[in-house]
This record gives sequence, C-alpha cells and structure tokens, in this order.
Amino acid sequence: MPLDNVVFWIFAPLSVATAIGMIAVRNSVHAALFLVVNLFTVAVMFLLLDAPFLFAVQIIVYAGAIMVLFLFVIMLLGVDRGDPVGDRLFGQRTMAAILGVAIVAELGTAIRASIGLATRAPGGFDAANPGGNPAALAEVLFRDYLVPFEVTSILLIVAAVAAMVLALRRSRAVTQRELEAPAGDDLAAYGMAPPGAPASMRAASPRSGSGAPGGPR
Amino acid sequence: MRTPIAYFLLLSAILFALGSMTVLLRRNALRIFMGVELQLNAVNLSLVAFSRMHLELDGQILAFFSMVVAAAEVVVGLAIIVAVVRRTSTTVVDRADVLRG
Repeated sequence: MPLDNVVFWIFAPLSVATAIGMIAVRNSVHAALFLVVNLFTVAVMFLLLDAPFLFAVQIIVYAGAIMVLFLFVIMLLGVDRGDPVGDRLFGQRTMAAILGVAIVAELGTAIRASIGLATRAPGGFDAANPGGNPAALAEVLFRDYLVPFEVTSILLIVAAVAAMVLALRRSRAVTQRELEAPAGDDLAAYGMAPPGAPASMRAASPRSGSGAPGGPR
Repeated sequence: MRTPIAYFLLLSAILFALGSMTVLLRRNALRIFMGVELQLNAVNLSLVAFSRMHLELDGQILAFFSMVVAAAEVVVGLAIIVAVVRRTSTTVVDRADVLRG
C-alpha cells in the first residue's frame, strides 16, 4: 500500500469523525476544538493533493486565526450558553439526517457518473508547478488574477472596518452621579437590565440605547 | 499519487453534508457558523482535488480566494453575533427574530 493511501485512510476517517463530533457535543468550546482538528485533517488532504502552499495557508489562516477568533467570541459571550434541548420543528433531526444522506448520495452518484470512482490523478503535476508550488501560484496569482487579488485587499479592509463599526459601543462621558449609582443602575448604563427586571422596564430605560452597536437608529 | 481523486471528492461531499446538518440542527448562532465554515472547507477540498485532476493551478487560486473571503466573512459574522448578543442577550437564533435594531 503506497504511503499517500495510508495517510488518506488515516486522516479521512478522522476528518469525518471530528465533523460528527462537532455536531454532537453539547459544549461550544469542545465543538470549536473538534473543528480545529477537522481543519488540520483537511490541510493534510491539501498536502496529499500536491498543494503545500494551501496546506500552510489553511493551518495559518483557518486553524490559527479564524479558530482563535471563534474561541475568543465564545469566551467573550460565555461558555455556558448551550443550545436549547429538543426539536423546534417536528422531526427536525430526522429530516436533517435524511437531507445529509441525500446530499452524500446525490454527490456520490454525480462523482461516479462523471469521473468514476477509480480515476487517478495524472502524473506530471510538477510540470505545472515550475519552481515549486508557491512560486507557480504566485506567478498565476500576480499575473492572471491580479485584479481579483487587489479587490481582495479592498474586501479585507472593508471587513475590518465593518467589524469595528459593528462591535463599537457608542461611548460617552461618564458623570460623577453615574459612578456613584447603585449596581443595578450600572447595568442599565450598559444597555442591560438587571436580571430580575421586567421587559417593559428594559425598554423604558432612557439609557438602554447606549448599548446599541453603533450608528444612529 | 495513487489515491483516486473520487475519494477526496466523496470526503468533501460527506463534510459538506455534515456541515449543512450542523446548520440545520443547531440553534446556537456560533455553532451554525462553525457548520458554515465546515461547508466552505469541504468546497475548498473539492476545488483543490479538481485542480490536481486537471493539472491546472486555477482551482488552488480559487480555493485561496475562498479562504480570504471566508476570513472576511468570519470577522463580520462574529461582530454581528456580538452585536446581536448585546441587544438581545441570547445566541439562540430562534429568539433573535426581530429585524429592527
């Protein structure tokens, strides 16, 4: 058995298992950790498919940056916010399982009909990668795809600005009276009613708007 | 390279199905988002597999762009989730059912 076959049959079941684990576990942090392992296994698949540059990018961008962002938000919002138990719709789980099996069956049939289950990748991929994979990718990226690449930079800047605008709390000066106010009032200043407060009080609180996610309403 | 390309595509299909099942089953906005990430990854895998099969680099370039867009999407999406939690103090998507701010 050739080595890449061995690697595939180690990491493909691991990939599926971690994906199932991500769905099944209750705790959000555990789900995020399962997702990290899953992204690593997909990165190994990239390596098997002769894409070492994407392997590195996958680990740096996905398993590094994006998952840290996920974990950061989970910690920020509180780990104990679990999912509510039980189906919202009748038979939701069954229907979702049926849909998942249907997707796999449909795509499997399409793959079998189009390229067949035994088609191996042709050799000579190195010829398509003069100077190694990253150098060849750079050649294509900066020549044929230069305009999309520049548009990407605009997209990233817009995303960063959008995240700041969305996450910004409209701030204002704090008066001495607010500093001396009792704790319950303090919560209201952040746009949150104290835990026992009725909903009407929350809506009527004059300062509840200070928790708005930025921008005039 | 002895592993048939179809195996990678089948793995990609399975991961995509699992991701869409996460989106359908979970009601925590963060978990739904993780499912979307899984779907994006599955599609990336199939793009790279097709790139290998056709001996062209364009599939890898497209996967690269899709990673960039996914990063931007995660940043904005998580910021929206944080904003919604500040407003409604819940991550359950069923309870955040009012479009008005």
